[in-house]
Amino acid sequence: MEWQFLFELSVNGLLTGMMYALIAVGFVLIYKSTDAINFAQGEFVMIAAIVVAGMATNYGFPLIAAIAVGLVFMIVFNLALERFVLRPMIGRPIVAIIMATIGLALVLQGAGPLVFGAGTKPLDIGVPDEPLIIGPLFMTPIDVVGAAISIAFLAVFGWFFMKSRKGVAMRAVADSHMTSIAMGINVERYFALAWILAGVVALLGGLVWGSAIGVDTQMAALGLKVFPVVILGGLDSIIGVVIGGLIIGLVEALAAGYVDPFVGGGTKDFTPYVLMILVLMFRPYGMFGKPIIERI
Amino acid sequence: MLVLNNIEVVFDNVILVLKGISIEAKEGAITTILGANGAGKTTTLKGISGLLRPERGDVTRGSIEYNGERIDQLSAHETVKKGIVQVFEGRQVFEHLTAEENLIAGGHIVSTARMKENLEKVYEYFPRVYERREVQAGYLSGGEQQMLAIGRALMSDPKLVLFDEPSLGLAPMIIEEIFGIIKRLNKEENLTVLLVEQNATLALNIAEYGYVMENGSIVLEGSAEALRENADIKEFYLGISSGEKKSFRDVKHYRRRKRWLG
Repeated sequence: MEWQFLFELSVNGLLTGMMYALIAVGFVLIYKSTDAINFAQGEFVMIAAIVVAGMATNYGFPLIAAIAVGLVFMIVFNLALERFVLRPMIGRPIVAIIMATIGLALVLQGAGPLVFGAGTKPLDIGVPDEPLIIGPLFMTPIDVVGAAISIAFLAVFGWFFMKSRKGVAMRAVADSHMTSIAMGINVERYFALAWILAGVVALLGGLVWGSAIGVDTQMAALGLKVFPVVILGGLDSIIGVVIGGLIIGLVEALAAGYVDPFVGGGTKDFTPYVLMILVLMFRPYGMFGKPIIERI
Repeated sequence: MLVLNNIEVVFDNVILVLKGISIEAKEGAITTILGANGAGKTTTLKGISGLLRPERGDVTRGSIEYNGERIDQLSAHETVKKGIVQVFEGRQVFEHLTAEENLIAGGHIVSTARMKENLEKVYEYFPRVYERREVQAGYLSGGEQQMLAIGRALMSDPKLVLFDEPSLGLAPMIIEEIFGIIKRLNKEENLTVLLVEQNATLALNIAEYGYVMENGSIVLEGSAEALRENADIKEFYLGISSGEKKSFRDVKHYRRRKRWLG
């Protein structure tokens, strides 16, 4: 029976890990194109979920309409953000952009409940609650759906980044702003695109996580939660984020299953950070991030 | 084709870097700008390609005309569409992209079909880049990176290419190869070239006309031939002296001359 317990923990951990990857890819997007870490990514996820759940519960919108409103909101919001807050900072120290995103995170945490109320809202995207039982395996359906959405999005996104001309241009922008401008690449437009994509992925994450854990300001903590994932995978690698997500999901599940009974619980919450610190000690750019190229 | 008319460039609203520069690059010719470090050569090129503004510089006086049209207020991605592209000093390849992706990014403004044609053309000029197309550009040698940077510039179908010290940090043999290619591009593709160099010998060998810049001003100009024969150029840029040791007074003579020329 022991191996069965392990198997179940692992599968559920991996599913959660895929859902982490979906949030984490938002960081990667912004970092890859603008070189800044968006500390408000968790708040993006929260605000997207709050808008969708708020439209559905407060105003009685059908789910599809609520999601459409959420999507439009995230696109417009991020476009405005890029245009009025972040674009004036192009060419300024990166830390200025980072501080701006931290400020933004706090504003969003206040603004969300202000508009839609602070209570936890349910978000039902039509996934049944009964556990899925395959042979000896128990799984939560929302985890399976979440993992599937993650995989689908990451596959599309990975193709876009690695193969399409726009993706190449986006990576060029990430590599050097000045040189990209000199190649005729409209850097500002690619920044806007990156922020829009970050908004869309936040919406997907918000839907999946919102229906898994309920929608309130607590969701913003997801941003911090996936930090080990991002660090582990390397801030600029999509495949790294997937593997990082899987590892963190697995470690969390195993810690919860095997260590918690002895220490009374709670190990799940900090083991990812322990792992993050260990990785940073040995590979400061993450396990899959781009190393700084030094030619000799 | 390109005319700089008495331009002044100011950084951060106070630092005057170019003090009235007039330069002309004739269509189909190679024009060179010589000068030591800090003379303002790179600033001149950036002024043309519209790359000053991201560095908080601005053309405050004078005009830059390209085929009769003013371009001094265009942003950089617009000048590329006009057919002007700059090859940066120190190559500046996209290190984390493969060589081929660098070229694809270089052809950003042309259609996909045209981009593929240009890719073929660049590979013809630079077989070495073709061999290493799958390698991350950061791992290419200096010479290969310079070839890649030139190839990348060609991807956007330019009419005028601004080269900023293509010889920087390269072995003499590679430098000759690079200059040979610049000459070939000029002849075969009818590319107009504005070449900034410190290596005066090489630059004056392939150029038709040249300018000498010091301290943000043009101190000398003339046909490449005339410049090659000019005593001061020989002395200070080509390193050919008349044999006996120069005394400090002669150097001062040159300084004086420069002062009233500039």
